[in-house]
Amino acid sequence: MFEKVWDDHVVVPETADTPAVLFIDLHLTHEVTTPQAYTELRTRGLRLRRPDLTLATMDHSTPTRTEQVFGGVPIAVDSAARQVQQLEINAREFGVELFNLQDSRRGIVHIIGPELGITQPGKTIVCGDSHTSTHGAFGALAFGIGTTEVGHVLATQCLLQRRPKTFAINVTNALPKGVTAKDLILAIIGKIGVSGGTGYVLEYRGPVIERMSMDERMTICNMSIEAGARAGMIAPDATTFEYLAATPRAPKGAEWEAAVARWSKLPTEDGAAFDRSIDIDASTLVPMVTYGTHPGMVAPITGSVPAQGDAVFEKALKYMGLTAGEPIVNVPVNNVFVGSCTNGRLSDLRNAARVLRGHKLADGVKMLVVPGSQAVKAAAEAEGLHKVFLDAGAEWRESGCSMCLGMNGDLVPTGHYSISTSNRNFEGRQGVGARTLLASPETAAASAIRGRVTDPREFN
Amino acid sequence: MAVKNIRSRTVALPATNVDTDQIIPARFLTATSKSGFGKHLFADWRYDAAGNPKPDFVLNRPETKGAAILVAGRNIGCGSSREHAPWALQDFGFQAVVSTEFADIFRTNCLKNGLLPVVVDEQTHAWLLANPGVEISIDVEATTLTLPDGTQVKFPLEGFARYCLLNGIDELGFLLSQNAAITVYEQSHR
Repeated sequence: MFEKVWDDHVVVPETADTPAVLFIDLHLTHEVTTPQAYTELRTRGLRLRRPDLTLATMDHSTPTRTEQVFGGVPIAVDSAARQVQQLEINAREFGVELFNLQDSRRGIVHIIGPELGITQPGKTIVCGDSHTSTHGAFGALAFGIGTTEVGHVLATQCLLQRRPKTFAINVTNALPKGVTAKDLILAIIGKIGVSGGTGYVLEYRGPVIERMSMDERMTICNMSIEAGARAGMIAPDATTFEYLAATPRAPKGAEWEAAVARWSKLPTEDGAAFDRSIDIDASTLVPMVTYGTHPGMVAPITGSVPAQGDAVFEKALKYMGLTAGEPIVNVPVNNVFVGSCTNGRLSDLRNAARVLRGHKLADGVKMLVVPGSQAVKAAAEAEGLHKVFLDAGAEWRESGCSMCLGMNGDLVPTGHYSISTSNRNFEGRQGVGARTLLASPETAAASAIRGRVTDPREFN
Repeated sequence: MAVKNIRSRTVALPATNVDTDQIIPARFLTATSKSGFGKHLFADWRYDAAGNPKPDFVLNRPETKGAAILVAGRNIGCGSSREHAPWALQDFGFQAVVSTEFADIFRTNCLKNGLLPVVVDEQTHAWLLANPGVEISIDVEATTLTLPDGTQVKFPLEGFARYCLLNGIDELGFLLSQNAAITVYEQSHR
């Protein structure tokens, strides 16, 4: 599958001396990683080559408090306000479609691409954000780039690329009841390590993946980068087509039929060779929670922090305030975050709400629920999910990256334990000194009720 | 700007999997220019809560001042794609980073800015980590790193990236020169 998408986008083939010139079908952009690229274009007197293939949203540094988004209260973080203004200026000057702060189509860049139906099988998709791997759930080749490369795509709609290798992740049998896509991807990262995918495009395959919804597939592909992979892909199938058929910008009518015929040829043929492959038996998994300071430091919720490790392990435990060998369910929780491009879609909010319904947050626990997009927010409110969260004592916010990364005012206090449905538990990721435990929406909700890490299957 | 030879003392940061959130925390990413990130490099490791330098952090030690080669643990630069990480390292004064393994996007971002990523074998790496502050030299043309005793260690560098570094050629210029081929591709993929 990867080879088909790659080959279809080669403008100039790679040689020993030069990388391939690869055409990009969709360039998603946001306020944080583009300003310097637009400055470069201005300095060189260049224009945006394909505004029709470029979309801008604001998500990373934007506030999630309703009064700052809609109520006329200024954005609390000054530099963030200037960055948002700069994106508006750049979008206007270069002719890019922008979903500004109050637009009902705005949201996290990796949530809105699929929602609009512009994320499609067989496309090459890039964005100045490492979680661009999310879009691979549709059988697209999607990867994160730096700001210099953002400039390359703005100016030429192309990138210089060496062909990566392929790595099959075969997920066999079936996930037990109460074990989610998030648990599976955390287990995969734990198994191959945070640099186990470096230099590869991962392809997730097998019956477990085939039975997954698009939301679950996006959660899986989203965290490919946490294993170091260039991208993650899943073969498009009837589930993919059904999802896209309901989106506003997918092809319609005869074009739809032609597109489905084209997309149906993308899956890897049986027996095709991968540069590397592993098998994961899904039936052995339980809910997973991280205990350390990178996503590969993960343990089953029924288990314990490992008994021993190297110097990095010791440093991580010191930062986390945890003891080697202690049971994971002993870890206290002060803060709960449900949201992000990993788990900020409607089904994620439904799953968290299902556990939380009729319960209250434990004493002293703060919980923030942040929909991945304004469309997710509206859909959740239409089915009353926000009431479940508010009744439990959680906060219900406007969409954005929020507490996944500490740059928009949503922060975890120093020393607090935060169980989070996001993707990174790095030191300081959610705020200086914040101690992040990555988990599924179900585990986050169950832990909110008990005030310590809790197996969500206790609430089934 | 061309990058040909680098000769400097080293600084050792042995931690593995140092992610770009450590190199430059997200709260400093709201800037809209490329300059001035050096003062925030490793901010949460370098400064205490009051903003005072932590004397035990390696970059705060007087003997590391002016060193332009960072010897980092395996899988340096994992996580976020933020190019602010190489901008911060460069603004601080680093010209090269040496490790056994680089995260993919970070490595690309380094090369685009002329910050040289040097991949060395485990043995060389272990020696460099055990002997911080030694003066070494790096030759981009020959793709060799020379240790104080004269031992030369080859390192891999993709041919096109090497050519661009040596000649100060900017890749955007090269891509723009492919305009005719890009137009042909666009017309055949409507």
